[in-house]
Amino acid sequence: MKHQYCREFMLLAAIALLLVSMSSVTQAQEKTLILATTTSTQDTGLLDVLIPIFEKKTGYFVKTIAVGSGQAMTMGQKGEADVLLVHSPTAEKKFMEDGFGVSRRLVMHNDFVIVGPSDDPAKIKGLKSAGEAFKKMASAQALFISRGDNSGTHSKEKEIWKAAGAKYEGEKWYQQTGLGMGQTLNVAAEKKGYTLADRGTYLALAKTLKLSILVEGDAVLLNIYHVTEVNPAKWPKVNIAAAKAFADFMVSKETQEIIKTYGVEKYGSPLFFPDAGKKVEDLGK
Amino acid sequence: MDLILEGIKKAFWLLVSFDPEVLGITFLSLKVSGTATLISLFIGISVGASVALTRFPGRRIVVSLINTGMALPPVVVGLFVTISLWRNGPLGFMGILYTPLAMILAQAVIATPIVTGITLAAVQQLPGKLRLQILALGATRLQMLWILIKEAKLSLLAAVMAGFGGVISEVGASIMVGGNIKGYSRVLTTATVMETGRGNFDVAIALSIILLLLAYLINLVLTQVQQRERRR
Repeated sequence: MKHQYCREFMLLAAIALLLVSMSSVTQAQEKTLILATTTSTQDTGLLDVLIPIFEKKTGYFVKTIAVGSGQAMTMGQKGEADVLLVHSPTAEKKFMEDGFGVSRRLVMHNDFVIVGPSDDPAKIKGLKSAGEAFKKMASAQALFISRGDNSGTHSKEKEIWKAAGAKYEGEKWYQQTGLGMGQTLNVAAEKKGYTLADRGTYLALAKTLKLSILVEGDAVLLNIYHVTEVNPAKWPKVNIAAAKAFADFMVSKETQEIIKTYGVEKYGSPLFFPDAGKKVEDLGK
Repeated sequence: MDLILEGIKKAFWLLVSFDPEVLGITFLSLKVSGTATLISLFIGISVGASVALTRFPGRRIVVSLINTGMALPPVVVGLFVTISLWRNGPLGFMGILYTPLAMILAQAVIATPIVTGITLAAVQQLPGKLRLQILALGATRLQMLWILIKEAKLSLLAAVMAGFGGVISEVGASIMVGGNIKGYSRVLTTATVMETGRGNFDVAIALSIILLLLAYLINLVLTQVQQRERRR
């Protein structure tokens, strides 16, 4: 009996130790930065390379919250993030016009590609126009897997549907996953459907997917990433100093150089093209 | 099938090579879920036992609420905890969103009704005459409670297992309030979701296997304690 109490005491002691060790993990507020970004920057692994460099250089601790661009911007609007790295230019412009951001700078781009099963039931392979391809998919009623999560990719997809003038909402062949890009690609591969994906995530996953790039190169398929500092005038708790440091870091020469070569070794081609200082209109030329 | 074998191989290598990142993730899972379970035990056992031993108007409603709480979806807890902990939310002054502490909080909210419900059922099941007997022997109310809890020990250990099992395996709340931040708030379940999204199925499977192993080892220990109790 005595021996047993001893055991219980040990257990309690261990637990107490655990609680104490827990309290040491909370970080000081002014040294942390909340970065709201898209799943594509995380799923490609780019941020895993960049964030440690930034942290080492500046001493800030970065909390990367990888969600869709839509949710990331909502976090910015509510002052729950300090800096955004997203790819939804139309929505971002509105974000700036409404005064939620203070500075928005071009960081990099890659492009979207239309991927699908290699037997290509809608016969879109090689088409030059994304709108044309979407129209053909609609008339063939070929299964299309949409992100459906207000992400940058989803916004782009809706933009193309609109341009194509095809009816898609509520159609049986049009399905929404509500998931990130990686998972949506997996769903498309399993169901032999088409989807719109950013090239970075597609390349990072290509080895496990049975999907091929069918349409690429259309100017409308450009995928542009900007870094935006959230306006501290609206939300005083926003850490603007850290946000600015991060935005400066993203457009710095050193970072741009890393972006330029990131992925070459692993995937045979770069996943992103650095664009700091350029104009959006000049991209893809 | 190849993929699963690949995953098992990967899990083995990650374990024998003491991969620091995986070790960190595993340790954090244990720390967060262990602490959350502990908090839920303190609250759950006291509330469960109190409700089991008292009679008051509306008691059935309270009991049914507790039982409903046992099915509380983690993602719902995650949503409410996130909104409360937002910088500009009601508890924002604490500044703990996207920290392991926030994950402990959310997981404690998930586990507490489970522990409460099982405690309630366990204590209620004890013969009513036992209470009278204990009191007749001159015990104070607090002593009586302590004896009753000890009597219900077997079921209470089941409550520990259910509570811990519930939180170590949940992902919805952890990813929302913790943010799955590398080296900081990434636990086994959230890492598995992320690796799946990245198409690294072998790593995802490896993490799942580690999670299952961990859950098994802990339940093994608890079961040992429970079954040894039974034999006496």
